[in-house]
Amino acid sequence: MDAINWHSFFFLLFALVACVFAVAVVASSNIVRMAFHLIVSLGATAGLFFLAGADFVGAMQLMIYVGGTLVLLVFGVMLTAQGPFINMKTGGGDWILAFLVSGCLLALLIPAAFSVEAWREGDTRSAAVEPTATPIGMGLLGVRVDKLDADTPHGMERGMSSYLLPFEIVSVHLLVVLVGAAYLARTKRRRVET
Amino acid sequence: MADYFSQYLWTWLAYLLAAIIHCALLIQVGALGALVFIWAERKVSGRIQDRLGPTRVGGKFGWLQSLADGVKLLTKEDLMPEGADGFLFRIAPYISFCASFAALMALPFSDGWVAVDLNVGVFFILAVLGLEVFGVILAGYSSASKWSLFGAMREAAQVVSYEVPLGMCVVVPVLITGSMDLVDIGQMQQGWFWNWLLFHDPFTFITFWVYFTCALASVNRAPFDLAEAESELVAGFHTEYSGIRWSYFFMAEYSSMFAVSGLAAILFFGGWNGPIPITSIFGLTHENHAVLGYIGNFLGMLNFIGKCTLGVLFMMWVRWTLPRLRIDQVMKLCLKYCVPIAAVMFLGATVWTFLLPGGVGLRSVPYGMRYKTAPSAGEKPPIDAVAVETVAVKGE
Repeated sequence: MDAINWHSFFFLLFALVACVFAVAVVASSNIVRMAFHLIVSLGATAGLFFLAGADFVGAMQLMIYVGGTLVLLVFGVMLTAQGPFINMKTGGGDWILAFLVSGCLLALLIPAAFSVEAWREGDTRSAAVEPTATPIGMGLLGVRVDKLDADTPHGMERGMSSYLLPFEIVSVHLLVVLVGAAYLARTKRRRVET
Repeated sequence: MADYFSQYLWTWLAYLLAAIIHCALLIQVGALGALVFIWAERKVSGRIQDRLGPTRVGGKFGWLQSLADGVKLLTKEDLMPEGADGFLFRIAPYISFCASFAALMALPFSDGWVAVDLNVGVFFILAVLGLEVFGVILAGYSSASKWSLFGAMREAAQVVSYEVPLGMCVVVPVLITGSMDLVDIGQMQQGWFWNWLLFHDPFTFITFWVYFTCALASVNRAPFDLAEAESELVAGFHTEYSGIRWSYFFMAEYSSMFAVSGLAAILFFGGWNGPIPITSIFGLTHENHAVLGYIGNFLGMLNFIGKCTLGVLFMMWVRWTLPRLRIDQVMKLCLKYCVPIAAVMFLGATVWTFLLPGGVGLRSVPYGMRYKTAPSAGEKPPIDAVAVETVAVKGE
């Protein structure tokens, strides 16, 4: 009774909460309730990140998804709602399509998860948890501190295979999306005026 | 603490007991803090606006008033409007309270005295304080009342836009100290008050004021209390709440005020390192004796709580002095003033630390370097030290 593995306990707790509320998102029909269930689910996922020692990713999850995206979602619902509480009915075709897509994803993920060697050995020793913010930050700047000794692609310095290029591509992509959104909003307004 | 208890109890019970003690201590910061701050709020508003306030309750300086308030709130009937979404209506106050409580979890009260020592403490506190809005929005939405809905909409618009300049302001001290660990940032400002980041350069000085404005807006205090706006919206998002649920919103408000003041104290005012370094003058450090270090840490905690209280009192002073802004003025202040000023301050602080890493003659060693000691032989150097070395080699 005196040797509870707290790491496993909290992992199971957070995983269970995340899964149950993810199902609740699908099952409920009220948008704001869905948003609330999504918050709990994403918050539990952030808890899993904290448990794995990835403080930065966990905080990022809370800030972007829970604090940003979902607040905007509920804000949008409040701005556009006609009645007090809106309900969304999901049609039969939508259910079938959704099950097809998510079933395919699940079928992809499960073999991938079970193919990881380290997870099958039943090794319950708690792994050393190391802070991740510095490696991620240095990786974005162009230095992979975790791969200093590894071989790098031709023409690059030692330890310089970094996230800088993907990061730049993502930011340019976001900029394009923003410009597009601004353009769409502007054209609609002009049409109203004329 | 868990190890100490496990000598006498089962291990799982010991861990549970240790966790409960830690949580209770932190909740006291929120709950007792709210008690004291509500009393102080009454006093401050009475002095500033020449009001009488409640006069029937006894106690020296009327300290029994907040106790009487507490008893009244506990015994009041817990009402819910008929058309409300019951589940969300009930759970909303707890979301707000949990969010502000979680922010206190990562806030260090003295050197190493922190519930969860995260290496991204600043970022965590900002992220979690942003969640507090969600309780307010859900409360407003689920009450099925137009006043509440208006309040919640204003809150959402305001907080989402003020998070941008707030984040930019917080990045400036992080940039100068090179760390997101709040304990590290606090320790780097050891010594006299000119070591505080507030006096690091003119840019950080201005950054603090922008930070404070944005923090006021993000914790929903007047002149940014549009979500409540009792002269326009009855009571805004908590119009339909009463009793203990209503008081959860207030505890959340006061403890998040405490949290943002604490963040300001650590980022700009040296945290537990006072204007005069009393602990190091009298030798109250861990190097001399463990008990002396403990006393020093305790004095540091008092110092830190004092700074937080000053910050909260400053917020009260602002609240009872300035009139409430209109929503368009709030947005204008954020987008036209706070964001550009914060951006310019960020650039300025970058250039300043690049050109004058030691400041104007007061510091011989830049912040990021001073705290990190050289690793002893055989010990693995910290991971960022490796990175800095690599960059230096590349530069040659």
